[in-house]
Amino acid sequence: MKSDEYTVAWLVARRDLRLAFRKPSQLIQPLMFFMIVATLFPLTLTPELSRLRDAAPGVLWVGALLSSLLALEFLFREDAQDGTLEQFALSGQSLTWMLFAKTCTHWLLTGVPLAISAPLAAGALGVPLSAMPALVAALLLGSFAMSLTGSISAGLTLGARRGGVLLSLLTLPLAVPILVFGANATQRAITGDDIAPPMYMLGAIAVLGATLAPLAAAAAVRIGLE
Amino acid sequence: MLTVQALHLWRGDRHVLRGVSFTLDAGNCALLTGRNGAGKTTLLRAIAGLLEPEEGQVLWRGEPARKTRDTFHTQLAYLGHEPALKGDLTGRENLRYSVGIRRPVIAAEIDAALTRTGAVEFADRQVRTLSAGQRRRIALAGVLLANATLWLLDEPTTNLDANGQQLVAEIAAEHLARQGLIVAAVHHSLPLPPDQVVDIELAA
Repeated sequence: MKSDEYTVAWLVARRDLRLAFRKPSQLIQPLMFFMIVATLFPLTLTPELSRLRDAAPGVLWVGALLSSLLALEFLFREDAQDGTLEQFALSGQSLTWMLFAKTCTHWLLTGVPLAISAPLAAGALGVPLSAMPALVAALLLGSFAMSLTGSISAGLTLGARRGGVLLSLLTLPLAVPILVFGANATQRAITGDDIAPPMYMLGAIAVLGATLAPLAAAAAVRIGLE
Repeated sequence: MLTVQALHLWRGDRHVLRGVSFTLDAGNCALLTGRNGAGKTTLLRAIAGLLEPEEGQVLWRGEPARKTRDTFHTQLAYLGHEPALKGDLTGRENLRYSVGIRRPVIAAEIDAALTRTGAVEFADRQVRTLSAGQRRRIALAGVLLANATLWLLDEPTTNLDANGQQLVAEIAAEHLARQGLIVAAVHHSLPLPPDQVVDIELAA
């Protein structure tokens, strides 16, 4: 008798959560990176709030993107090295589904904390309080989409010796639309405009990613295991 | 039940498998021998479907294994070089997750398998504090728990003491008695009933 899909996803997620909490430094590193980047800007640019506010969307989103690239390194690498991915591929269960569960857990552990702590960094950049809910929502959607698109590149670079640089190069073009719409949503939130149009686009990218990225990632991982 | 038909496989520009063929019936074991680099692991991975051969195919119950991949994999247990255990989890946790992904499993079953492989006394320690032989025993318990018909074992006795090597032979013999199949890459022959063993020497 086979385990059903929900049990499989739950077990994959629980294993990753438990591992993460036994080794929290891996999670804190990308978050620290984001906070440091975002808080260094006010020190170096100008103390003038109105000018900082203009730069805030760019700083926050570039920081989030780079931090998510940093975190992507940990998505599959360890599991590939210790043979866990091989066992996933041979379990008779859908590899697509298992990798989707893994990617969602990864987002829960990296993207969600980043989005939640972003208002701290945004405050330092002069973003008004009224824009905070929109910023968090945009970052939640955006980081989810970034984790998903990144899972494809992470799978593709499994076989490469120094996958880190290649991983960034492959992910960046895919992440540009997320960056553009995300920064635009934040910009509109700061100026008090309607944030719906860029948010719809972010949502569409996230849905597209959730539908297609796990399929591509599974195919990439199977190639990477060869 | 398992038929390997004229497998040819290249790794880079090296022709590793040169037309390997054999048939294995229920209750039999194929022992792959050959010097280092002869392609033992490659053949095991090709049978499992992790590597795609350039030519030839693997048939399981008369059907191409590639076509019925998921069904084939539920009947297969693969023990590779790496025991696929997480260092930060205990042996018992590792098995609960890795076996649970394949099939519903209860704690008593895991206990029984760990007892059988002599791993029960260190099953609650984090795997990274265990020796290579102890890890192997936990991984062997995982193979038992997979409830698979076909076992693919890559050097199953590596890192095991004399007692552990005996254990592998016993477990293998029991599996064959249950009409299971084993394909194992070995350096030292396993003491199994000779009429159930097919010797395959790979030369590259």
